[in-house]
Amino acid sequence: MGTTEFGYYPGCALHGSSNDYEQSVRACLDRLDVRLTELEDWICCGATAAHSINQKLATALPARNLAIAEKAGCGSLLAPCPMCSMELLKAKQAITSDPAVRDEMSEIVELPVIGSTDVVNLIQVFQAIGLDAIKSKVTDSLDRFRPACYYGCLLTRPPKTLRFDDCEHPSSMETFLAELGAEPVDWNFKTECCGAGMTLCDPDTVTDLAHKIIANARKHGANVIVTACPMCQMNLDMRQADVEKKFEETFDMPILYLSDLVGLALGISEEELGINRHYVKLQI
Amino acid sequence: MAKIGVFTCWCGENIARHIDVERVSKAIESLPGVHCSMNYKYMCSEPGQSLIIDQIKSLGLTGVVVASCSPHMHLKTFRAAAQLAGVNPYMVEMANIREQCSWVHADKEEATAKAIELIRISVEKLRHNRPLQPISVPITKKALVIGGGVAGIQAALDIAAAGHEVILVEKEPSVGGKMAGLSETFPTLDCSQCILTPRMVEVNQHPKIRLMTYSEVEKVEGYIGNFSVTIRQKARYVDVNKCTGCGTCWNGCPNKRIPNSFDFNLGNRTAIYIPFPQAVPARPVIDSSRCIHFKNGKCGICEKNCAAGAINFNDEDKLITEEVGAVVVATGYQLYSIGKEQSNPNLSGYGEYGYGKYKDVIDSLQFERLISASGPTGGEPKRPSDGRVPQKIVFIQCVGSRDNAKGVSYCSKICCMYTAKHTMLYKHKVHDGEAHVFYMDIRSGGKKYDEFVRRAIEQDGALYHRGRVSKITEEEIDGVRKLVVRGADTLTGKPVTVEADMVVLACAMAPTDGATALAQKLSVGYDEYGFLSESHPKLRPVETNSAGVFLCGACQGPKDIPESVAQASAAAAKVLVMFSQDHLTREPEIAHVDESLCAACCACVQACPYEAISIEEIVDRKGNHVKNTSRVNPGLCMGCGTCVAVCPSKSIDLEGFTEEEVYAEIESLLS
Repeated sequence: MGTTEFGYYPGCALHGSSNDYEQSVRACLDRLDVRLTELEDWICCGATAAHSINQKLATALPARNLAIAEKAGCGSLLAPCPMCSMELLKAKQAITSDPAVRDEMSEIVELPVIGSTDVVNLIQVFQAIGLDAIKSKVTDSLDRFRPACYYGCLLTRPPKTLRFDDCEHPSSMETFLAELGAEPVDWNFKTECCGAGMTLCDPDTVTDLAHKIIANARKHGANVIVTACPMCQMNLDMRQADVEKKFEETFDMPILYLSDLVGLALGISEEELGINRHYVKLQI
Repeated sequence: MAKIGVFTCWCGENIARHIDVERVSKAIESLPGVHCSMNYKYMCSEPGQSLIIDQIKSLGLTGVVVASCSPHMHLKTFRAAAQLAGVNPYMVEMANIREQCSWVHADKEEATAKAIELIRISVEKLRHNRPLQPISVPITKKALVIGGGVAGIQAALDIAAAGHEVILVEKEPSVGGKMAGLSETFPTLDCSQCILTPRMVEVNQHPKIRLMTYSEVEKVEGYIGNFSVTIRQKARYVDVNKCTGCGTCWNGCPNKRIPNSFDFNLGNRTAIYIPFPQAVPARPVIDSSRCIHFKNGKCGICEKNCAAGAINFNDEDKLITEEVGAVVVATGYQLYSIGKEQSNPNLSGYGEYGYGKYKDVIDSLQFERLISASGPTGGEPKRPSDGRVPQKIVFIQCVGSRDNAKGVSYCSKICCMYTAKHTMLYKHKVHDGEAHVFYMDIRSGGKKYDEFVRRAIEQDGALYHRGRVSKITEEEIDGVRKLVVRGADTLTGKPVTVEADMVVLACAMAPTDGATALAQKLSVGYDEYGFLSESHPKLRPVETNSAGVFLCGACQGPKDIPESVAQASAAAAKVLVMFSQDHLTREPEIAHVDESLCAACCACVQACPYEAISIEEIVDRKGNHVKNTSRVNPGLCMGCGTCVAVCPSKSIDLEGFTEEEVYAEIESLLS
């Protein structure tokens, strides 16, 4: 397999509170001979403040990043955070569907932008690499894992912008992980809200929501929850102790990134993937 | 030398308010060819028409321009008036100074100037017009009805009752359609089968009706009054003439566990089967894809048991060609498919409702079978997973209707009514059961319809929640599998969770899978969902743009039984109007080929959307080939003019809109 290239937009989470996600993504894709080229001088995607306050700003911030990607000749841009990829895709949609918006954005961001770059999530990157290529590098079986694949609210929504999987009833992570030997469970809350957006201002509601998700995954036989969203991971992982305390139940449910599980299959150590830095320890 | 009269109408105030009609009349007077220019308050009225007739007669006019409303409105009126006065009706032109001028312009000066221009170009066209004669085509007084549901049955019976022959083609082994599988019908709760089965028997016995079940229309050629239809009669493997319908074969068939599509896979049938006991004709078919004999050449029990010797494993599909004068399309509907896979890529399913994954989430037609006395449970509402009688059912309306997020924006119209009916029928059988309904709005317009819904709520105690369901999950609660339905009640503003035993999805009516392919064979238009298009939504609701082809029932759009039946009778009436004449008169405004110029390049043949043009050979008196030429079938041509646009040698032209006439209009506008 030759080297595949993707542009890379980390966004604030992967350079900050969820830098374990970046560590995991980079380790995993490096092993798969995927070269990530981080956008030079990228800026905030605007989530979530901008789109609540100012529509123009909400388009301009990601538009600037798209313009940088286009200037760098980037065909496909990986934004591992679903919030980032949604904002980038929303801007792309606005730019490509209305020439007036396109011209206005080019003027605001002081760079030409036509929306030619594809924005992809982590699952799509794995799909692009191809199952056969990934399987040829697998060293360890995932057969001890019974993951509950958790898509959260943003990976598939809004459907007309993202055009990825069935928005209410996705299955692409399950299909992929089953091919690598894991036994994904059928469960009920794949796309339910985890409450991450309220994690600081209303922790009580958030623990209720997180409990609902973790308990249902457990009830359906999962021994790990797998997500491709830094916010979901952080919320379910960090808040799990509060959940256990409030509901007087012990879960010890590890919350892994999709790249963690793929990385383990590729024989990458937990330390290299950053799994040891999670709150709930992986003991499977 | 043309002698043209121009008659400008005020249309009361409609035109006169924004156009100075006096000035218009004056300005037109001096145009070449114009002999008189007058105006009148209502030109379409009796005195208005008399004015035109008198002027034609007294001045010897050869053509008339009426400047008034759209030709769609009154062209026929003025043509008839001109004809009365002895002028060829195709020497009448209309200048539309109402819809395209007075109604859309506020400035009187500008509108008046535009009106003068519009009339000027009409005069110029008329100067180049030539008289045309209507075309007469013969009629085969025999009708083809496609689809043997309630609509097709009604249309066939009405046409046959008037004494004309009818061929009724049904793709399933029995007539009856969806209605034959329904339990009871709103708003009277009379039994669907009791109403329908006598009519099914009638179509089978009627001397004027030839019933062809298990058959499909393969090809349609020809034109109004003269269609040639090829019908594929699928191999039944049973000789219907020998068979007595005794039932020995299907009772003896060892292959008993095949899902019965008539029961929407809730019940089973055998490999040789009749779909339901009241099927018409009561003759079985062999499902060759499931029959043991077709797999390994063994078994053959039905053949051995059949005293009449009616089993024929060597039966083959037959192609039968019939000549008919009119076609009625009544192909009905199917339910919007709820799972993930959609045949239409613009639609997405409702994966979150778990249909196909949870056995006790069923659709509305499956529920009809579950509560029908002829259904797989004998009318006892038992849930498919474990046969328990559900104590709590959630009915979800608008699944696939009025939901832009899922690609369907139309209202399916009948679901509010049948859901109310479902709650009643369920409550009548399970008195202490709970029937919950999630709805968006209750749309129950119709005679005794809203009263019916109120009865479900007030007398039978159905619990209505105004809101959508976001998700259904299956969970085991106290040892029993329950469907947890999470929805919203927008009237109380609170989320609602119902732990139900069964969920019934009121899915939208969608056109049948083969409807668009059939429409293409018939040159009938259809909308983005595949519903066939009527010619005009108000004034020509059962006609199509393909002359001689009529529509009725749910193939045109969601409809209930009374509406389908009414429309079927309307379609039959239109067929009978046609059949009341020996010859059809058609407008002569069709394409015409100058055969001396035509190079037979086939551009027009390929461009024609109605397949009205063919290539013919011209031979001399000795039979020697002279040349090929394209030729227009006057019965098929709809006068669209596409051929004229593509013809490289300018040898094809549209009568009434010749290039000479159209260019004359344009030139006068530019001069």
